[in-house]
Amino acid sequence: MQFSDIFMKLWNNGLIQKGIWETVYMTGISTVISYILGLPLGVVLNVTDRGGLHPIPWLNKLLGLIVNFFRSIPFIVLMVSMLPVAKFIVGSSLGNGAMIVMLVIAATPYIARMVESSLQEIDAGVIEAAQAIGCSNLQIVTKVLIPEAKPSLITGGIISMVTILGYSAMAATIGGTGLGQIAIVYGHQRSKPDVTWVCVLLLVIIVQIIQAVGTAVVHRTDKRIRQ
Amino acid sequence: MIELKHLGKTYRTADQEIVALDDINLTIRDGEIFGIIGLSGAGKSTLVRCINLLEVPTSGEVLVDGRSLTKLSRAELLKLRQSIGMIFQGFNLLEQRSVLRNVCFPLEIAGVNKQEAKKRARELLELVGLSDRETSYPSQLSGGQKQRVAIARALATNPRYILCDEATSALDPNTTRQILELLRQINKDLGVTIVVITHEMKVIDQICDRVAVIDHSHIAEEGRVSEVFTNPRSEIARNLIIPRERTVLETDGGKRLRLKFDGETTSGPHIAEMILACQAPVSILMANTKELDGVIYGYTIIELPTDSHQADKIILWLRNSGIAFEEVE
Repeated sequence: MQFSDIFMKLWNNGLIQKGIWETVYMTGISTVISYILGLPLGVVLNVTDRGGLHPIPWLNKLLGLIVNFFRSIPFIVLMVSMLPVAKFIVGSSLGNGAMIVMLVIAATPYIARMVESSLQEIDAGVIEAAQAIGCSNLQIVTKVLIPEAKPSLITGGIISMVTILGYSAMAATIGGTGLGQIAIVYGHQRSKPDVTWVCVLLLVIIVQIIQAVGTAVVHRTDKRIRQ
Repeated sequence: MIELKHLGKTYRTADQEIVALDDINLTIRDGEIFGIIGLSGAGKSTLVRCINLLEVPTSGEVLVDGRSLTKLSRAELLKLRQSIGMIFQGFNLLEQRSVLRNVCFPLEIAGVNKQEAKKRARELLELVGLSDRETSYPSQLSGGQKQRVAIARALATNPRYILCDEATSALDPNTTRQILELLRQINKDLGVTIVVITHEMKVIDQICDRVAVIDHSHIAEEGRVSEVFTNPRSEIARNLIIPRERTVLETDGGKRLRLKFDGETTSGPHIAEMILACQAPVSILMANTKELDGVIYGYTIIELPTDSHQADKIILWLRNSGIAFEEVE
């Protein structure tokens, strides 16, 4: 059977559309929630650091430890061990809801570190200038750190989103849905490598689109690039 | 008026103490341009940051208009900082904000409404000569233009003081002159007191009224620029004013004198007259003149003949003609 025939067959019974939608939906929702949690966590990590705006060594160490703890567990192991947590939060350890919980648990510490390093890039002189103007620390975070780091934060968001997309495919091994599920259940377990290849192709296309849109947004946002 | 009283700053690390400032006493008067000059590492950047408490002194007091800064609450301090503008060597503009929004920034923090802030910012951009660049971003400006934006930003909240931390050190000589001229004009027209930190004597020459020389965490000397320039008492001041001896040619080893001209004695062909009167040759090793407050000051370093009879004759002639001099190494 031709590659295009496989694709058409999957398309005609609606499997592919469903897979794409589930993957995009899981990735999108997980990225948004992870960013909402990861951004403040990253800000706190940056601000409480030794050279930060308001050093609180014990808090910084504690949060750093927690973040490193979750970041050091391979995603597949984290997923299995977090099943009870997912069940507790969404009432089920299966399905998209549970997968989103696990993706958020895995991605939040990752995004926090991304945010922390984006904020570290801001020139200390600019922060000093803001202090000399009479900014409070909160004003420095909201009016200097985050706006000045915006292009870098968006770049980090795009990288995180692609990583989450990869995780979402892995989640299929324990009952997740989307293109990963099609590749594993229909392609791998039923020995139809052609189906797997269709999924690979589609995942590659989705990543390309995310990256292209992201890069375009960064270019529009960043005022440091000369027009 | 800014008063620094017995100001000290010591950095403590795990295994050592580094003294950055030690017993600094200075008074900066309203309306003047006060220079603080020193080599890098002398403590001048720490000193200027103590004036708006970006660095908290470990001892002594900072009084701005009679209020002791270390005794203010955090909120009072933030409010007071709005009356002290600051400009930096690296300009430190917000890269993601347009020129206009950079100038609006301090007004935003001070709680001025948007329309009013924009109006004020436009006036200031006009003052610094950048009216046509309000929609540009810092990355599209030259160094001199960036510093002009920074000056406009520093002036936004109508401060009584402006602190300049090596504000011209990253600029070429031409741009430096223009920026200093602008600061001078702001001082004259708006009555803003300016504190200038620099390692370059030419900056002090061009705009300062008084100067303090800082060396190894101490104030080595302080006074009117004309006094310190014509009669430096500390070694560090001499080094900063007169470039190192390496620029002097190999010589016969005669006595060297530094002749000082203070405005009344500047004009006139003194050296020529001296040579004619004494019938003795001298070598001119170095000479310089500067205009300060409309008066020409200058010095000439000469080397006397090795013949002691001729040398004495020259010294006698100098004494009689009223030209101040001193022997130098």
